[in-house]
Amino acid sequence: MDLLNAIVALANFVILPGISYGSQLALGALGVTLIYGILRFSNFAHGDTMAFGAMATILMTWWLQSLGVSLDPLPTALLALPVGIAATALLVLGTDKLVYKFYREQKAAPVILVIVSMGVMFVLNGLVRFIIGVDDQRFADGARFVISARDFKEITGLREGLAIKSTTVLTVVVAVIVVALLFWFLNKTRTGKSMRAFSDNEDLALLSGINPERVVMITWIIVAALATIAGTLYGLDKSFKPFTYFQLLLPIFAAAIVGGLGNPVGAIAGGFVIAFSEVTITYAWKKVAGYVFPSWEPDGLIQLLSTDYKFAVSFAILIVVLLFRPTGLFRGKSL
Amino acid sequence: MIRVENLHKHFGGFHAVDGASLEVAEGTITGLIGPNGAGKTTLFNVIAGNLPATSGRVFMEGGEITGLSPHELFHKGLLRTFQIAHEFSSMSCRENLMMVPSGQSGETLWNTWFGRKRIADEERALRAKADEVLEFLTIEHLADHKAGQVSGGQKKLLELGRTMMVDAKIVFLDEVGAGVNRTLLNTIGDAIKRLNTERGYTFCMIEHDMDFIGRLCDPVIVMAEGKVLAEGAADQIMQNEAVIEAYLGRGLKNKVKADA
Repeated sequence: MDLLNAIVALANFVILPGISYGSQLALGALGVTLIYGILRFSNFAHGDTMAFGAMATILMTWWLQSLGVSLDPLPTALLALPVGIAATALLVLGTDKLVYKFYREQKAAPVILVIVSMGVMFVLNGLVRFIIGVDDQRFADGARFVISARDFKEITGLREGLAIKSTTVLTVVVAVIVVALLFWFLNKTRTGKSMRAFSDNEDLALLSGINPERVVMITWIIVAALATIAGTLYGLDKSFKPFTYFQLLLPIFAAAIVGGLGNPVGAIAGGFVIAFSEVTITYAWKKVAGYVFPSWEPDGLIQLLSTDYKFAVSFAILIVVLLFRPTGLFRGKSL
Repeated sequence: MIRVENLHKHFGGFHAVDGASLEVAEGTITGLIGPNGAGKTTLFNVIAGNLPATSGRVFMEGGEITGLSPHELFHKGLLRTFQIAHEFSSMSCRENLMMVPSGQSGETLWNTWFGRKRIADEERALRAKADEVLEFLTIEHLADHKAGQVSGGQKKLLELGRTMMVDAKIVFLDEVGAGVNRTLLNTIGDAIKRLNTERGYTFCMIEHDMDFIGRLCDPVIVMAEGKVLAEGAADQIMQNEAVIEAYLGRGLKNKVKADA
C-alpha cells in the first residue's frame, strides 16, 4: 500500500508535470531546430515568438469568450489557435522580409544572424508587453481536471491523490498530433523533402532547382505554428506572463542542443531530458521517501535544488553534453 | 549556346578569372583544361551562379544570365556538377534523383494537403524515371542505399544522373572523371556521349585525363592564369607550344624536348 502511495505521489508530482513540461519544451525546441537546420542560425527570438503567438491566441480567445462561444469542456483557446498561428506567421514572415532577408542576401555569418535575432527578440519582447501588459493573464476555461485529487482518493482509497489536469492531457495529445504531422510532412511530402534537401546540402538544393526563398518561407510558417501551439499550451498549463517565455528560451535551447541542433528527433528527446531533470532535481522527495522507507525520518525535504534554481539544471546538462558529446545525443546538423 | 565576355572574378587582390572570353557551341562536348589554379572551377562557379562576377557578362542562347541564382539557371536548363560530388546524404540514391525535377504539384502547401491523388501519380512517374536513370548509369542496385554511403565514383554517376532527370540544355561537369576507376570512367564517358547524341545535351567539362578528353571532347579550351590561352581540336591542343609551356613550365618543356 505504501509503495502504491509512493508511486501515485511520484506520478502526481514528477511524472505528469514532467510529461507536459517536456512536451511543451519539445515543441519549442522543434521550432529552434528547424530554424537552425534551414536558416542556419540560433533564433534567440523564439521564446518571444511563442509569447507573441500565445498573446494573439489569448486576444482571440477573449473575443470568442465575450461572444459566448465555448468548446466546453475543452478550452476556447483551441478555437482561437488557428487565428493565433496566422497572426504569428504574418509576424515572422514580416520580420524575415524586413530583417533577416537583408542579412541572408549578404550571406552574413551565423553569429551575426544570432545577434540580429537578439535584436528581434527585444523588439518582440516590448511589442508583446505593449499590447497585453506585463501581468499574468488567465484565459483558460473549460474543465480543470480530468480526475481531481479528491476523486482519485475516493475511488482508490489511497492516501495520495493523483490529479490529472485537463491541460496535461491536452498538451500531450496536441503535441503527439503536431509531431506526427511534422514528421509526415518532412519525410513524405515533396515540400518537406525539399526542406530536408536544403538543410542537407544548400548548394546542391539550389542546383536541383529548389527555390530557397520558398523553403525559407515555409519554414517560417511551420515555426510560427509550432511556436504558437507551444506558447499557448504552456500558457494554458501555467498562466500567461510575457517574462516567462523569455526565460523559457534557456531550457528550449538546452533541449535543442542536447538533442543535437538541427535534428527534430533530438529536439523531442532533448525536451523530455531537460524537463524530467528539472522536475526530478527540484522536487522535494520527502513524501515519496516517507512511503518507501517508513522508518527513515529525514531532517530536510530531500530537495536537491530549490525550484528557484531550476534553470541551473538546464545549464548543467547543457555543459555536460557539450563536454562529452558536442554534437548532441542525436547527431545534429541537418533535418 | 553559352558565351562568356571578358569575365573577371577577383578575390581581394587575387584575380582567379582575369578577363576570360569563350564560347560553348550548341551540341558540342567542349573540354576545359588548364593547370591547377587556372581559374576553371571559379569560371564554372560564376557561370552557374554560385559566385557573383566581379565584371563581365555571361549569355545563354543570346539572353544575358549574368548574376542569376543557381535555381533560376536550373529552370533555364543550365545544370552543373561539382568537383567533389555533392549529395543529399540522408536520402537514398533514388530519392536524390527524385528531388530534382521541380514544378510539381507536391510543392505547394495546398496540394500537399488536398491534392494527394495527383501527387501520388506524379511520384510514381518520377520514381519510374529515377529507376530508368539508375539503370542507364548501371547503378540500379544502389537505388535504396543512402547516398552518403556509396563510393566516390558512384556519387559522381549520381551527379550525372541528376542532370538526366530533367531536360537539360547545357551541363557543366567539373572533373567527373577525377578519382574514378577506369571501368566506372568508361561508363561515365559512354553516358556523356549518349546524352550528347541521343538527347542533344551540350556539355562543357573540366577534365585532367587527356585520354578521356581526346575520346570525348571537341573542341578543347585551354585556360591559364585566369585567361583563355588556346582553343582547338584535342590533338592540335596537345601539340600547342603555349599549352605545353603553361602546363609544364619553360624549363621542363625544354627538358621534354631534349629527351625526345
